Formats: sequence, structure tokens, C-alpha cells
Amino acid sequence: MTIQKTRVRPAAPPVKRRRTPTTNVADVGRPGFIWAAPATLFFGAFAIVPLIMVVVLSFMSWDGIGDPEFTGFDNWRRVFDDPVMIKSIWLSLLLTALGVLLQTPLSIMLGVWAAGNQKNRAVLSAVYFVPLLLSATAVSVVWRALLDPNFGVPAEATWLFGDGNLFGEQATAIGVLAFVSTWQFTPFHTLIYQGAARAIPQVLYQAAEIDGAGRYRQFFHVTLPQLRNAIMTSMILMVVGGLTTFETVLILTQGGPGTDTTISAYYMYEEAFKSFDYGAGATVALVLVLAATAISLIMVRLSGYDKMRSTTEGL
Amino acid sequence: MRRRPNYLAGAGSLIWLFLIGLPLYVMVTATLKTQSDFVQGGPLGLPTDITFDNFTGAFDTGFGRYFLNTLLVTVCVVGIVLLLVPPLSYSIVRSRGRVTTGVFRLFLLGLAIPLQAVIIPMFYLISEAGLYDNLIGVILPTAAFALPVSTLILSGTMRDISRELFEAMAMDGATPRRMFFQLVLPLSRGGLATIVVFSALQAWNGFLFPLVLTQSEESKVITLGLYNFQTERGIDAPGLLAAVLLSMIPVLLVYLFARRALVRGLMGVGGK
Repeated sequence: MTIQKTRVRPAAPPVKRRRTPTTNVADVGRPGFIWAAPATLFFGAFAIVPLIMVVVLSFMSWDGIGDPEFTGFDNWRRVFDDPVMIKSIWLSLLLTALGVLLQTPLSIMLGVWAAGNQKNRAVLSAVYFVPLLLSATAVSVVWRALLDPNFGVPAEATWLFGDGNLFGEQATAIGVLAFVSTWQFTPFHTLIYQGAARAIPQVLYQAAEIDGAGRYRQFFHVTLPQLRNAIMTSMILMVVGGLTTFETVLILTQGGPGTDTTISAYYMYEEAFKSFDYGAGATVALVLVLAATAISLIMVRLSGYDKMRSTTEGL
Repeated sequence: MRRRPNYLAGAGSLIWLFLIGLPLYVMVTATLKTQSDFVQGGPLGLPTDITFDNFTGAFDTGFGRYFLNTLLVTVCVVGIVLLLVPPLSYSIVRSRGRVTTGVFRLFLLGLAIPLQAVIIPMFYLISEAGLYDNLIGVILPTAAFALPVSTLILSGTMRDISRELFEAMAMDGATPRRMFFQLVLPLSRGGLATIVVFSALQAWNGFLFPLVLTQSEESKVITLGLYNFQTERGIDAPGLLAAVLLSMIPVLLVYLFARRALVRGLMGVGGK
């Protein structure tokens, strides 16, 4: 994500009532904090306060009816003693990794392809973006009906799907989840790469052409390196999105068979809103946020993305 | 530069088109089938005799009400976003105070907060405020979580307004208020359109907040209606898919007319 810092300027001189020759015209008519206050207060109340409260609640016990009570590290101990939780962390990581591995190459190829200016590409791109508009709920419901063991496509194409019950085994159930997420989110990442690929200076391709580089060498030696920042942005979004996948699991597999697709975000929901153990749920939520932040930071560090090097250096 | 066509990319794009199109095809054809037709002919067959009962059936099972509820949530969320984000972005772009820089950081941080992380405290807060099972209790958090992206998009647009214009107005002794209404708002129409479409889409497709913060039929939104339909009567695939299709129609209409605003906004989210 392009974090464009507001330009750092020296602090404005104290406002003087009388006009002196030193008053810079650029300093007149600046809006004060009051313009930002309503949105900030609103966001603070409905996003920042809950975020802080999730930390507090992870040290409390609450059943949803009485008042929360302080219980120290009890939730943490219980959550990490639960084999289902440990399993859910691994499943979350597996599903996230699968998502990144499937979606990254696919969306880079589609994005670079869609960045071309041909008319047919524009028309096809318009169709490709449709999944992006649909709610995760709608997408999951449609795929659930389509892959139904008794009345769906697998029941007809048994030569391809075996007994047709893709939800009956862990491997195929995870496959379905990874596939549906890919179906839904690839268009978004394609869009990121399309924007980035359009921004690559044509000069680079002309130079490569003169040096005799063919289409594939141009792709690997010009396009890919130029997409560095976009790849980082898109992968971080995939990691955060993958770790917090919820609707897909709720509608497609309900965490099953057994607990074989119970990823952490779904485990959190079950603990809190099905078992009414909100303290444990808050603990899992906090673990998820910390994991997503840590992984993103590590990725940023490893790739040198934090130095925000421009891809157009030396042009 | 003339190039020979890239057959490999062409083939790949057609395979992807097939994968995108398949569920859409199944959905549209299934909605026109009777349930027995769907079971006998399979999901891939064409309907033998066309029926529209699935759509009327969806309305009979309450989707009319869910539709109106979702519309109400969407309109209110867009209203809140339009009320709060333009002044905020204006101040982020134009103010020189250190506080405002901090505010911008806060909203950037907000981009990274997943809904799942705050859902339990949100349930607590909304229940304490007496807004559980009330659409207001869905509208407020949904709007709050639409703010960061909208702010990022709109302040990007406002940053493109040239400094000379502000200085010219300052010379004429314009107040920040007048600059906002006469200069900034008219010149940010593109960005405003994008945040309207974007926050409307988020509100229309929202699921987690309604799932956890509402309960009764009276305050059910359309995504929740789909989820309940699927868990209770999922066997009626044509009826279910008709409901899904109905839920998509407004979004597809908006896409048809405001594609540019939406695509530009989403590209902005990714950053270039």
C-alpha cells in the first residue's frame, strides 16, 4: 500500500491578526483539527476502542449475559491447551499459503494480460471482475450448491471427482476452500497488477526489444522486477485476508469434516458465539491479529519494501 | 510495435473465463428450473420448461423485507461516510498540524484491522448500548469500517488539487470553510463517486456484523437471509440461487453504470 506521508512542513507560525509582510500566503486558510474531529471520534469509538477491548477481554471471562470478570491468563492457558486451536493455527497457515501460491501467479498473469489495451481484453476484464462485486456469502452459497455431493457437478462427473463428496475428506475440503477463495479474490489482485503493469514505462520494453529479448525474457526481466511493489502489497493483503477467512468456511464446510477445516477465525466464532465463551474467543481474535501483523512485518522487512524503493530509479 | 498474438495467454484467459462463467451459468439457468428439473437434469443442463416461481418464492419467504433492510443499511452507511470523510480528507491534505498527521496514521492503521478482530467487543458494546438486533447497531460499525479505505481514496483525490488554487483563494481572504465548499468539493467529484460506490458495496455485501449483531426476521439483511436459506432449505437449490441472483442485481446494475468509479477505487486500494 502506498503510504504517502503528508508533506512535513515547519510548524505554522502563530496566527497574527494584523497583516505583516512576513505572512506567507500559503499559510492562510488552513483547516484546523476540528475538520477531522468527527470522523476521528467516530472511528475511535467503533474501531479503536473495540480493538483495545479485545486485549482486555482476552484476560476476562464472559458468557454474554453477566458482567465480564477478570481471570488473568486463564483464557490463554485454555486456548493453547486445546488441540483444536493448535490444529486451527496450522490449518489457517496452510490455507493462507495455498491462497498465496494459487492466486499470485494467476493474478500476475491475468493482470499483465489485462493491462494491454486491446478491445477484447477490456471486455473480458469486465467479466473477470464480477466475482469481486459479490458478497463472500453469495459466492460460497453458489459454490456450495454447485459442488453438492448429491445434486451438484461432482455427482455427475464421477470420473473426475470419485464418489463426488468433496466435503467428506480433509484434503478435498481444503482444496474446495482454497479454490473458492481463489475464485473470489483473484480479480481483486488482478486489478492491482493491472494498475501496476500499466505504470511500467514503455521505454524499458523498447530497450529490451532492441537488446533482442523475446516476450518471455521481457516478462521475467522487465515486467516481474517492475511489479515488485505490487507483489508485496498484494501478498500482504492475501495473508491478512487468508488468515481471517470466515464466511467461506462457515457456509461451505462448517469447519468439517469433524474439525478438519476449522481454521482459527472459525474456531473463534464457535468459541464465542456457539459455546458462549467470549473470553476464549477474544484470545483467539488477538492471536489472529498478532499473527497477521507479524507475518506482514516480516514480509516487509525481508523484501526491503519498507525502504519504498522506486521502480523507476535511473529513468 | 506489431507483435504476433500471444496464444498461450489467450488460451489461459479463456480457461479463466470458463471458470468465472460456469457458476454464473449454473446460477442463471437453475433459477429458471423447477426443483425436480434441477435434480433430474443436473446443474449443467438447460431448463426444460422455464418457470419464474423461484423468484416469487424468494419474495414469499421474506426476501422483500431483507432487501429493504439491506437498502436502508446501505443508504445510511453511505450517508455517514459522505458526512465524515470529505472534511477529514480535507484536513489531512491541507492541515499542517501534527495532530492531523497522527490522525492519518490512525486511519492507515485502521486499514489493517480485520472485522473478525473486533467482533466480540463490538457485540459487547452494541448490547450494552441497547442496540442489539437493531439495524442502527449494524449501520454504525459498518460505517466505521468503511472509513479508512474511503479516506485513503478521497485524500488521494484531494491531494491532486493544485496549490495555486488554494493560494489564489487565500489571497481573496477565503476561509477554510469557503475553500472546502467552493474549491475542494467540486474538484473531488470523481473521488466522491468512488467512495460512494465503494462503501455502498461494502455495506450491501456485509455479513459478519449482521450475523453477530442481529437475530430477528425484522432486522435481517440479505446476506444473512441467504445464509439461513442455505442452512435450512439448501436442498431447494433453484430457490436458493434465485435469491442469490436477486441479491446481486443492484450490485450488477451499479457495476454497469459506475464501473469506472469502482475499478479506479479498487486500484487505489492496492496502490501502485
